[in-house]
Parts: sequence; C-alpha cells; structure tokens
Amino acid sequence: MPKLESPTGAQIARVALVGNPNAGKTTVFNALTGSFQKVGNYPGVTVEKVEGAFTQGGKRYHLIDVPGLYSLDVVSEDEQVARDVLAGTGTQESKPDLLICVMDGNNLERNLFLFSQLAELGLPIVCAMTMTDVAKDKGVEIDDAHLSRLLGVPVIRIVGHKGEGVAQLKDAVSHALLERPTASAIRTKLLSDLRDSFARAGYDYSTEQLESEVAHRPEKLLSDAEPFPEIQDLLTRIRSNQIEPRDRYKWAESITQEVVRVSEAHRIKRRSDALDRIVTHRVFGLAIFVAVMYVMFQSIYTLAAPIMDWIEGGFAALSTWVGPMVESNEILASFLTDGLITGVGSVVVFLPQILILFFFISVLEGSGYLARAAFLMDRSLGWCGLNGRAFIPLLSSFACAIPGIMAARVMPDQRSRLATILVAPLMSCSARLPVYLLLIGAFIEPRFGPAWAGFTLFAMHFMGLIVAIPVVLILNRRVIKGKRLPFVLEMPPYQWPKWKDVALTLLNRAKVFLKIAGTIILFMSMVVWALLYFPRSDADEVAYRSAYASLSEDVKQSISEENFILERQTENSYLGRFGKFIEPVFVPAGFDWRISTGILAAFPAREVVVPTLGIIFTVGSDADEESESLRSQLVSAKWPDGRPLMTPWTAIGLMAFFALCAQCMATLATVRRETGSWKWPLFMFTYMTALAYVAAVAIHQLSRLF
Amino acid sequence: MHQKIQFEVSYESKLMSTTATIPFSDVRVGMRARVASYTKDQPELRRLAEMGLTEGTEFEVVKVAPLGDPIEISLRGYRLCLRRKEADGLLIVVIS
Repeated sequence: MPKLESPTGAQIARVALVGNPNAGKTTVFNALTGSFQKVGNYPGVTVEKVEGAFTQGGKRYHLIDVPGLYSLDVVSEDEQVARDVLAGTGTQESKPDLLICVMDGNNLERNLFLFSQLAELGLPIVCAMTMTDVAKDKGVEIDDAHLSRLLGVPVIRIVGHKGEGVAQLKDAVSHALLERPTASAIRTKLLSDLRDSFARAGYDYSTEQLESEVAHRPEKLLSDAEPFPEIQDLLTRIRSNQIEPRDRYKWAESITQEVVRVSEAHRIKRRSDALDRIVTHRVFGLAIFVAVMYVMFQSIYTLAAPIMDWIEGGFAALSTWVGPMVESNEILASFLTDGLITGVGSVVVFLPQILILFFFISVLEGSGYLARAAFLMDRSLGWCGLNGRAFIPLLSSFACAIPGIMAARVMPDQRSRLATILVAPLMSCSARLPVYLLLIGAFIEPRFGPAWAGFTLFAMHFMGLIVAIPVVLILNRRVIKGKRLPFVLEMPPYQWPKWKDVALTLLNRAKVFLKIAGTIILFMSMVVWALLYFPRSDADEVAYRSAYASLSEDVKQSISEENFILERQTENSYLGRFGKFIEPVFVPAGFDWRISTGILAAFPAREVVVPTLGIIFTVGSDADEESESLRSQLVSAKWPDGRPLMTPWTAIGLMAFFALCAQCMATLATVRRETGSWKWPLFMFTYMTALAYVAAVAIHQLSRLF
Repeated sequence: MHQKIQFEVSYESKLMSTTATIPFSDVRVGMRARVASYTKDQPELRRLAEMGLTEGTEFEVVKVAPLGDPIEISLRGYRLCLRRKEADGLLIVVIS
C-alpha cells in the first residue's frame, strides 16, 4: 500500500484526475503513479475509489482517480461521486487543489464539453491530451499550443505506453499549483458576447466590469438591458449560470475549428470500420463472439485448474506441516487445520480464475472489442433491464460468482451494474456441481437412466438463468433506486491493449481479492469452525466409545469407530443442535435434521455440504460426490416412522435449493466489497434463501399430490 | 384501411422532404440526418444532448446491430450507439 501521507507531515497537494470514459484516464493514472495505488470504495456507494501518489521536485502529490464521466450534471451515481469529490462535499475530504483533465485528442469536441463544466469549478486545471497517435492515424492534427492559449491552461501530450510527456505533466502540475491558471471557457465567451451586445446597443463595458457587476450589483445592467430582450436573455443565463449543452457544444466547436486540422487521409475509411464490418456482422460477428467467449472460458477452466491444484496442494501441505507442531493441543490443531487454513485456502483457490478472467476483460476492453460485443448482445439482455455489457459477468458466474461479480465493473452505469451483481450468484457455479452429481448419482441415474440424469443436470444449470429474468425485472422496477438513463455506448477505435495497464489491473484485482480472503473470510471461517467443533469434551468421547462398543457386529462392520464418534460429535455441536432445532422449518421441503444440518454447514461454502453429509451419514468426512457409500446411505436413510427420507423429488428439491441459495460467504463478502455496504449482500442473501426455500417446498409439496 | 394507406403515403413524403421531422427510431442505415428538436423535456434525454446530439448536430447512421438494436451513429468525429426506443424523444431531419 502506498504511503499517502507526507513523511514530514507537510501539506501535500491533492490532485484529481478527471475525464470521459475511454479517454485514456487509466493510462495517465498508471503512468503518473506506477504501482503506487490503493483501491477502495467511496463510502456507501458502489463506485470504486482509486488513489495513488507521485513525487515531483521533492514534493508529494496525492492523486485521486475520479470515475470516468461524460458530464458533471448529477444524474447517475458516478456523477454524484465525481461532483462530491470535486466540490469536497459528501465525503470527509476537502476539495482537490488541482484538476488534471484527461482529453481524448481523437474526440476533442465531446471532451471539451466536460472541460467547459470543469472550468466553472474555479480550480486550477492542467490538460493531459491522450490518443494523439490514434488521431494522427486518422489524419487529425491538433495545435496544442494554440489550444492551450484558447483554454488558458497548460496542455500536455501524453503517449501512455511510451511514458512520453509524463515528466512534463508532473512539471506542469507543480507550476499550476503556484500560478493557478484559471480556465477561460463558456462564461468568458458568454461575457464577451454580452459585451459585444451591449456595445451594439451603445453601452461600453469591459468584460471585467461585466463580471464584477453581474456578481455584485446587477441592478444597473438590468435596467440598461431593459429594452433589449436578447441582452436580457443573455444576462439571465449568465446570472443563473444556466448553460445548456448546446451552448457548451457551440463553444467546443469554435475551439476545435481553430485547433484541429484534418488532412485528406481522413477521407479514407477508417481501418476500424473495415474490421467492424466483420466483427459486428450478423453472422461472422456472432460467430467471432461465440469463439472469443469459448476461448475465454475454456482458458479459465483449463489454465486455472493446474494452478488451483497447486494452491490446494499448498494449503494441504501447510495443514500437514502445521498440524504436528500443535499436536499437543487438539483444539488449536483442529482450529488451525480444519478452520483457518482450510477456510482461507478454499477462497484463495479462486484467485487464478479471477486473474485469468480479468486478463481477458482488460485485453478485450483495451482493444475495443468489449464495446463491439456489448453492441451485439445488447438486444438479448436489454429487454429485461440489463445491457449488452452484462454478458461477461453473467457468463463468468457459471464458473464462479466471485469473478463474475468483480467483472460487473465493466458496466458503466451503476443501476445495471447493481442488478447484474445481484443476479450473478443465481447462475449455477462450479461449486454446485458436486451437490448435483452426488444426488443425481444417488436418486436419478440408477432409476431413470443417464438421459434423465443429463437432463436434470442441464435443468439445474438452466433454472438460475430463468429465475434471474423476473428477478432483474423486479429489481429494476422496485428495488434499485435512481433514474434510468438512456443506454449510451461509445465505440472506440480498435487499439492494441496497453500491457502495463493490463498488469496493473491484475495486480489491483489480486490485492482486493486477497484482502477479502484475509479479513472477512478469515473471520467467518473461525466462526463456522467453532460452531461445528464446540461443545466437545473427553467425557462425551468416552460415552461415544462405549456406545459404539455396545453396537452389534453387523453395524460395526459398516461404520468405523472413528466415523461413529465424528457423527456423534457433529450431531452434538452447536451447528448440529441448531439443525435439529430448525428441522420443523425444513420438514415442508421433506428435509430432516441431517439434511438441515448439511444445509446450515453449507452456508459459508456450498461445496462443504458433501463432506458434512458424509460425516452425518457416518461414512466419514472424506466422502466426495462420487462416494458410493454416501449415495447408498442417502437412499436407505429413513424418517423415524420408517418412510424413506428422500425420494427423487426430494433430491430434486434439495438440488433446486442449492441452485438458488446464496450459500457462499466469499460471494457475499465480494458483494460487500463491490457495493460498499452490507445492505446489498444482506438483501441478496435474504432473497436467494427465500427463493431457494420456496422452490424446495413447492417441489416437495407438488410431488406429494401425484 | 383507407386511412392507413394515406398515413403511409404521407410518411414516405415526410422522408423525402427536407424540413419535416421524423423520430429517431425511424432511421435507416446510411442516412445522414440532423437533430431537429427534443419532443419531451425529459431529464433522461439530456444525456443525449450531453453526448453531443444537440439541436442542429449532423450525424450519419453507420450500422444497426444484428438483433435490430442498438443503432450506431457517427457524430462529432466519434461513434455512439443508442437504443431505438430510448432515443425516440429525439426528432430528426433527414438530409440524405
């Protein structure tokens, strides 16, 4: 983590980096700060806060990366956050001392629109001009010096991946803090228009005079303007600072006309267009999309698998290494190996998948393909309130909801981002697979054959997707507040991804994720371990041993003493007692205390249900989804009155429960991290658990009617 | 029935004329058009103006997505995609 405070305690300057989305803001940020970055959240909102620091001339600067935005008018959450940061309101922090406005040289008019709004904040501004190489390819030449004169602020060219201009930018920042150049933008133009209008009407005012009279004593101006409606209108607009987008664009046009030279090369069709004819073609485009997605998810599975095995192996080795060292203390040994190391290990194991997914996302985003894919997919996701960019988070969630939820940051507007995050865990992730395989192998395949087994597996994966549709519709209508903005998608020209930016993205994602694993997950693992371990006493163990000794030889044949004691200890644990306590709640779904305890134990991580059922059904904790003994125990288990515990329908109900329930603390912790509050993970947990319960009960009750 | 035919005729003639306006949702690929006005004074439509679609701005319809939406247009030297329905409050004049 970078040190954001000055070591000497001297006042450090706060600099805010502002710009349009896609303007190359991240590249400028990375070029200025290197890896000195800290990723966090703005309090209470889903918007991510990235901060960094750099030094120039022995002085330290604190750099705040303001979310990319098109306008400063508050409509979306991003814009609210940006306004708060720039005005020093809403947060505890003070106003920044200076703004760096990132301007896409390839798209000057629209970037000047935002500049004109920033100029009205009264802070010193330095412009960082990016994408001039792309502009040059299009035959667009920009006269920086002239632009700098017209805007009244320094304009520095940055070629990010070459690091050109970074030193000059730092230098300009340090000078601007002393000289405080004020940008002359719309207001100046309107004031000079007013001066000209007054001059035509025979009044001689200078702009400075007008400026001060408008602010302090407008009475004389108003009476002078009385007979001229045109001047009155101008005066009212200046007084109320009511500047319409068209005023800003008129000003932007007048600036670009002066500083931009377009050569003949511009008439030649863009290379991007030629590529786009294929990439967004109705047949080839969709084929390319499917191929890209296939490569991406295939890589997540195949490339991540060996690394995940190493991590799992590493944590297992750590367990066996630590275990003997604390052998004398049984509780400590169990706590360290079963609780701590297993708990954290089971989450860290997702890191490779996350990094591979984010590698693809940053390459696709940086190259411009993500915008094309969103263009292709928007219709199929837009009708239920999401948009084209939601396909990556949702598809990734079929592997694991954690990277999926983190990937939702590709969505520029916070409303649809939140909706995507909230339904992502409904996609059937790979951790649900063991549960499906265990139950299908026990109840469906032996009785109905492999075709129905396959169909059930498919249905379980499809169910989450189908359920997600009404959930999104309801979320968008009733739950998620805020205005719905029209979907605007910019199609940037194709570019080579910037590898330094890709690397820094991966580094930041890894830091964020490991921080979750090291804090929330660590804590939850300890709690769950304790619930399953305590109370435990030597006296109880002696009692269990004698109970085992008095069993018939037949039973002893099928159950080992170790498994018998483990089952009794689990049954007697706080979690086991709680499972018995809430059995009545699950009876309508056809589950007894054993299944209930399995479900409870699976709330931290759903895959834990298999070994837990192994313990409760006395086949030991090393049972996996292929375990024949666990399967036959499940099939032969009975209610106290002798009815079979589970029918194929109860099994389907249980699978549906697992398909819909939010049984993953790492997901909830990630949602907390991404949305900045516990409100949304709590909401997610509640609605998913309710859905799961209703589905399991409905399936069981309906099956009894036939 | 008769009325409907009449409507279609007048619609086509609107396309031909250079002063009549049509809603944004009626654009076709390859059209050049100019923003005439906003029908509704919705704050949501302000976003379109902020993106550069202010009155008088010329744009070209570059492409329609395979599934019919969104629509890619070229304006002010960049490319923007909009959904038909969401940009419906935008009235345009067809230039060619």
